[in-house]
Amino acid sequence: MKARRLVTWLGAAIVGGIALIAIFAPLLAPHDPFAQNLNARTVVPYWMDGGTTDHLFGTDQLGRDYLSRLIFGARISMLIGIMTVLTSGLIGITLGVLGGFFGGWVDDAVMFAITCRLAIPLILVALTVVALVGSSFTVVIFTLGLLLWERFAVVARTTTMQVRTLDYIAAAQAAGASRWHVLWREVLPNILTPLIVVATLEMALAILLEAALSFLGLGVPPPFPSWGLMIAEGKDYMFFSPWVIMVPGIALFILVLGINLFGDGLRDMLGVARAQ
Amino acid sequence: MLLFLFRRALLALLVCLTVLVISFVLTRLSGDIAISIAGPNATQQDIEAIRRNYGFDRPLPTQFVEWAWNAAQGNLGKSYIFHVQVAELVGARLPVTLTLGLTGLAIALFTAIPLGIVAAMREGSAVDRGTGVIALLGQAMPSFWLSLVLIIIFGLKLQWLPISGAESWDGFILPGCVLAFSAIPAMMRLTRAGMIDALASDYIRTARAKGLSRASIVLKHALRNAAMPVVSIAAVQLGFMLGGSIVIESIFALHGVGHLAWESISKNDFPVVQAIVLILALIYIGLTLLADLANAALDPRLRAS
Repeated sequence: MKARRLVTWLGAAIVGGIALIAIFAPLLAPHDPFAQNLNARTVVPYWMDGGTTDHLFGTDQLGRDYLSRLIFGARISMLIGIMTVLTSGLIGITLGVLGGFFGGWVDDAVMFAITCRLAIPLILVALTVVALVGSSFTVVIFTLGLLLWERFAVVARTTTMQVRTLDYIAAAQAAGASRWHVLWREVLPNILTPLIVVATLEMALAILLEAALSFLGLGVPPPFPSWGLMIAEGKDYMFFSPWVIMVPGIALFILVLGINLFGDGLRDMLGVARAQ
Repeated sequence: MLLFLFRRALLALLVCLTVLVISFVLTRLSGDIAISIAGPNATQQDIEAIRRNYGFDRPLPTQFVEWAWNAAQGNLGKSYIFHVQVAELVGARLPVTLTLGLTGLAIALFTAIPLGIVAAMREGSAVDRGTGVIALLGQAMPSFWLSLVLIIIFGLKLQWLPISGAESWDGFILPGCVLAFSAIPAMMRLTRAGMIDALASDYIRTARAKGLSRASIVLKHALRNAAMPVVSIAAVQLGFMLGGSIVIESIFALHGVGHLAWESISKNDFPVVQAIVLILALIYIGLTLLADLANAALDPRLRAS
């Protein structure tokens, strides 16, 4: 149990740390992440032979400071993660609560929407939308938000069904509370805990998907330092200098691992049953 | 049982229709599709000609009905770029993607199920915690990055495996492992949870009391009951793998459906994109239907509900 606590705190520390880095990026970055210096291209990190302390993580193929790009990249991942979860959470929770609370044909319609969403190939549709509408930060957020709501809907629906039959809902209804009051004030607060756990899972997924889209060239457009884009840009040089893909890859891995550790710990601490 | 079959089939059909609408609407998102096809250097006349040629000047519902009617008969239209039937184009690429998906699934099953069983038998032990760590790492690893790392290690440093192409069978090992890695955590957790439940049940106690061997108890009695949810998730995961192979195929230069989709997206070849979205969705719907039927066949209780 003690080890679990520790792991949860480790997750929280990772996520919190990266969030702080994202917020204070302009203060922390030693260089301008967009400034090119063609005289200092692919400088190696300081721990390798020939590295300098001026560029701790080296520079990329355009001579941009890798550490500074990494620090500003945290902003992109965090923002994408949070905004996507807000969008998809709004859609999924609304659908799930309505389906779970009203039942009948409303529930059938919600279940049908979830089934259809699952049948659509996620990455393919996201790529197509971004390619057609044009790649930008907002487009990526809304595309992912419109695609990643189904787990919110499933969990919101099941938990609403459990809560619906409880006494305090009947009491609120007997006291003459309107439907919307019951949904907003009685149901929603009581199903929030498992939904927060879902939010951590979806945030991790959104960050990974953004990186994958950017890696394929249809996510956040250059010159923004998205970690996925940094890996794509480094791909051509990875055989000679593997660190160009290792540095952003490890950053991505640590952030997603941190979110998952935090979410797992939260689930255990709050006693939420593992959603399959 | 018949009613269950009928309802499941009807639902699958409705989902197919919805996906048909979605894949049509998807490619009309950009507003004017003719401008996208014509490219940046086209004149007004070129765009007009394209509009007339492909029938974009007609109302959207007419276009949709025509496309859907043809698609239902297996005619998915012609590729704008390759000028061949889309069905032919996709059909030629499908074997590579299916081989990749099945390789990934096989690797995932042969890793996840034994690990899940061992974790369940030694619940709380170091082995159990070790598999938990593997699951966490698998969830956090970006698949495209893992692909590149594996290419560096096994292709470049050790030179054990080819890093691209599908000319021989070993070209599928690395991409298969990457696909499997993303499916292993869910399968392993499910096997573990199912086995823990099964091992604590009454029929296992009976089997123990009868003096059956440990191997027989675990493999014949407990695993059969724990396997059901794993079968459903395996079908679902295969669907996800086929959809997700777009990233893996482009990295390992496997010319499958995913690679074709990526090419078509970047070249605005919409009939191909539409067809691939549709085909992947149909495969997923078919797989989940199969999984439901298999579960209903295995567990009579499910048919009643």
